[in-house]
Amino acid sequence: MNWFKYSSPQTFYPLAGRMAPWFMGVAVVLALPGLYIALFAAPTDFQQGDAYRIIFIHVPAAWMSMLIYMVMAFWAGIGLAFNTRLSSMMAHALAPTGALMTFIALWTGAFWGRPTWGAWWVWDARLTSELILFFLYLGYMSLAAAIDDPRRADKASAVLAMVGAINVPIIYFSVKWWNTLHQGSSVSLTRAPSMVSIMLTGMLVMVFAFWAYSIAAALMRVRCEILERERNAAWVKELGGS
Amino acid sequence: MKPRHKRIALIVAGLAILGIAVTLVLSAFNSNLVFFFTPTQVAAHEAPQGRNFRIGGLVEKGSVKRQPDGLTVRFIVTDTARSVPVTFTGILPDLFKEGKGVVAQGKLGADGVFSATEVLAKHDENYMPPEAADAVERANKAMKESRKTLVKP
Repeated sequence: MNWFKYSSPQTFYPLAGRMAPWFMGVAVVLALPGLYIALFAAPTDFQQGDAYRIIFIHVPAAWMSMLIYMVMAFWAGIGLAFNTRLSSMMAHALAPTGALMTFIALWTGAFWGRPTWGAWWVWDARLTSELILFFLYLGYMSLAAAIDDPRRADKASAVLAMVGAINVPIIYFSVKWWNTLHQGSSVSLTRAPSMVSIMLTGMLVMVFAFWAYSIAAALMRVRCEILERERNAAWVKELGGS
Repeated sequence: MKPRHKRIALIVAGLAILGIAVTLVLSAFNSNLVFFFTPTQVAAHEAPQGRNFRIGGLVEKGSVKRQPDGLTVRFIVTDTARSVPVTFTGILPDLFKEGKGVVAQGKLGADGVFSATEVLAKHDENYMPPEAADAVERANKAMKESRKTLVKP
């Protein structure tokens, strides 16, 4: 099988069109039981009461915000290094979803912080670095949109994406490196998770739902991106004519 | 060297330089990025003198005393090694409890009492139903009891 077959916009366009509805379907199928566990099946927490339930949205969104940025920077870097058109389009397609996830993480975090900490917002390392991530997404999108020549826009925004990638490990380890108001991570690779299994199950189901949604959204957006950029190509004209 | 290789080498070199720069900046910032100081740091005079800062630690058990005016609260923040008495007038967050984490912003008085203008609760990353929390506590207590009878001090 030739893996590079799908690296051209023309062949990837129909493939993305076939895959996107499936991922969207998976997202819905996972989100329904996920929300059921989150709102009904999971027990009330011993110290935060029901306020903790926002974790089922907050943590998946926060994880996705960091992961999408790494994937975006990866594709932007591939596009910069190998001059492949589709990778740069993929990077552009991921940015709005990443920005959305970052915004959800910040927004739900504020609603979680008010009843538990007693503040909507504090300037601690975790919150501040996540806010910087939000601005990085916005900066990436505006830079890409501000340059008319798409190939130059790809290059400039790719540099910004890769430089900004340094922020992601800072967000992740901020609660370890510095004294922060934000608590440490409940789930990590090095030790057992510090939540009961039903809560963990609900959170992981929601994480996979967010994954599927993000992939579906990125695929749909990359299709638009392909059409826009390749509008003068013969196959797109054929597509429009038929 | 093909132009593509040159480009990749440039990107890698650029990222490496950037990484080193960020590491240096972060290590220089290290002490300024902390959100709060611990009572031990306060005792060692590492906290800023004469201006606002935050202290963080646990609320010492049995130390919370409400003043007759009903709004002023005095409590002791401890990191189990050192402790700092705190006074605060205002509404405490719901999660403010004895034995739990707290971060208070304010000034350290000459008498060693920290007068706070804002008190935030800091909760940990453990989530469990109340029954499980009770069970954990009972198990800990039972372990302590049995240790008393098993281990001669």
